[in-house]
Amino acid sequence: MNSNVKKRLYFFLVSIITTLVIGKFVFDSLKINSVYFFSPTDLKNINEIPNGLIRVGGMIKIKSLSKKGNQYSFIVTDFKNEIMVNYTGIKPNLFEEGQGAVVEGKLNTRTNLVATKILAKHDENYMPKEVADALKKTGNWKKNYGK
Amino acid sequence: MLDYLSTKNFKHVHDHYLFWIKIFFLTLVIFGLIASLFVSPADYLQGDTVRIMYVHVPASWLALQIFAVMSICSFITLIFKTRVFTLIAKSVAPIGFTFSLISLFTGSIWGQPTWGTFWTWDARLTSMLVLVIFYIIYIIIWKIIPKFNLAEKLTSIVSLIGLANLPIIKFSVEWWNTLHQPSTIKLTESSTIHSTMLTPLLIMFFAFLIFSIIIFLIRFKLESLNLKINSNR
Repeated sequence: MNSNVKKRLYFFLVSIITTLVIGKFVFDSLKINSVYFFSPTDLKNINEIPNGLIRVGGMIKIKSLSKKGNQYSFIVTDFKNEIMVNYTGIKPNLFEEGQGAVVEGKLNTRTNLVATKILAKHDENYMPKEVADALKKTGNWKKNYGK
Repeated sequence: MLDYLSTKNFKHVHDHYLFWIKIFFLTLVIFGLIASLFVSPADYLQGDTVRIMYVHVPASWLALQIFAVMSICSFITLIFKTRVFTLIAKSVAPIGFTFSLISLFTGSIWGQPTWGTFWTWDARLTSMLVLVIFYIIYIIIWKIIPKFNLAEKLTSIVSLIGLANLPIIKFSVEWWNTLHQPSTIKLTESSTIHSTMLTPLLIMFFAFLIFSIIIFLIRFKLESLNLKINSNR
């Protein structure tokens, strides 16, 4: 290896290490500050009710979704704590009981949220309908798969 | 090994085998499209919307992989000053850029019926947008800087900085709460996709990969001829 290549390699290594150290700090602060959604448990532990819009994510509790015209009310749960949500508008296709969801809106109280936007969360499982039915029949349906 | 990556060899493949690679690509893409659009079953939850995945996932994978290739080539360019790697990186950049755009557009077409929104600022979507921006910066530098040596250096640095974004994209779904689902196909564990859906997905991925190779061979020849003309002037 000639000396020029060596010099560039050293320079490169030093800059990589510097970048990694800086990156680590940036990443740590990002990880704390950039939260896409809170869980109902997170909300239970906050000190004061936030004023602006917040997002809450979790599973829509089974047998909690009720509909009146285009007004929906349901419970979002993370299996430890839950939160009541009211929403007026159109519901996405995948937004069903037992599915994951993210709702955006304003907190009235610690356990009641008026949503302005509801998003259905899709999990990483892909399978044909027949397979899903067969799994349910044999009882191999994982709990977090949905219903 | 590096001897195989010479300009001459790439040109040789381009001149003698391009036709057969194209035939291979056409066969793969026809089989892949039939398999993904007609043969494969609808998803139990999403229905036919799942078919968007057969384009979205291969495009996203390639967008990431091509950027990784560009970064590795740029590293070799910066350290060892071998020009052929600059040409490789320069030739694959527009391919990766196109795939990253395809990934974003098909993703938002899928997101509207499934999630209920075209776009949201979650970690996966945002970091993917950052990748698109890196591609744009990379390509623009080549366009606006006429001096080859300077453009070579700047683009290499840009793609090395962009390399840091790739693990962020890959692991964003695990590090943060995102609306985007975690990876379905994992290298270390079993995948959570049924085999009737995995097969067309893999065929489509290889079709896209062969397509990238075709475009790369054409663009590489063009770029190397361009370089020769400009340096003779």
